[in-house]
Amino acid sequence: MKFAILVFPGSNCDHDAYKVIDDLDGAYPSFVWHKENDLSDFDSIIIPGGFSYGDYLRAGAIAKFSPIMKAVISESKKGKKIIGICNGFQILLESELLDGALINNNRVKFRSEEVSLNTKNYNTIFTQSIPKNKEIVMPIAHRQGNYTASEDILKKLEDNNQIAFTYSDLKGGNPNGSCLDIAGVLNKQKNVLGMMPHPERASDPILGSDDGLYIFKSILMG
Amino acid sequence: MKAKVYISYKEGILDPQGKTVGSALDSMGISRIENVRIGKYIELSFKEISKKEAESITEESCRKLLANPNTETFRFEIEEE
Repeated sequence: MKFAILVFPGSNCDHDAYKVIDDLDGAYPSFVWHKENDLSDFDSIIIPGGFSYGDYLRAGAIAKFSPIMKAVISESKKGKKIIGICNGFQILLESELLDGALINNNRVKFRSEEVSLNTKNYNTIFTQSIPKNKEIVMPIAHRQGNYTASEDILKKLEDNNQIAFTYSDLKGGNPNGSCLDIAGVLNKQKNVLGMMPHPERASDPILGSDDGLYIFKSILMG
Repeated sequence: MKAKVYISYKEGILDPQGKTVGSALDSMGISRIENVRIGKYIELSFKEISKKEAESITEESCRKLLANPNTETFRFEIEEE
């Protein structure tokens, strides 16, 4: 399976994502610069974390106008698998591939720590290999991870099982004040996932957890 | 010609920055402030343009980039120099 890892000015988790994919059997990563405009060669797209365009104006707001995002939108319509992590999640929201918005953490702090997650929908291409009822552990590192959306959108997310992950109590619960403790959401078709925690930083026991691998292995299962 | 754009969080959107500043003011003894909300101020300047054009360009900029319709509202004034 071919993975495109998008690189914006200010991306800083692109190499971590590359390493994880490169180490998996049958997975082939490539970096794709944000000025490119074709992703038709790839099966899966990773929008990594970082500070695209320095988070100027709002996190993800400028990256949305990079040429590559037009390709991301057209590939998403073909059902390609797209995962946005942290700043990648912010970019997916600004590009309206996902509903809602991310605002400042409720205690105006940059939070860099381990969190634990409950999986709310195991029946997706991103979560299918996660053992049932296992709270998966991975780090967060963000200032604007407080997911917010209107009552209508929240109800729609719940009704369509579009909430992928919520923060669980094992590692101290919700770190940022997000609505319904949301840590990750899916689009309606379930081929686009955005999440604040970093699965690529939890991909080897030496990093403290390898629970992030469940997500990449799920993508590989198709 | 200048457009002065004000962007603020919608009512109901938590503004932790405003809250923190509010409690700092309170602890300095500046009381009786009920609420602090922090927003953004952006200036756009134009050359050789009619007021109407400036308005429509500013409106488009706000809708497409400057404000996030999910969380923010905007308003602006056009100032002729």
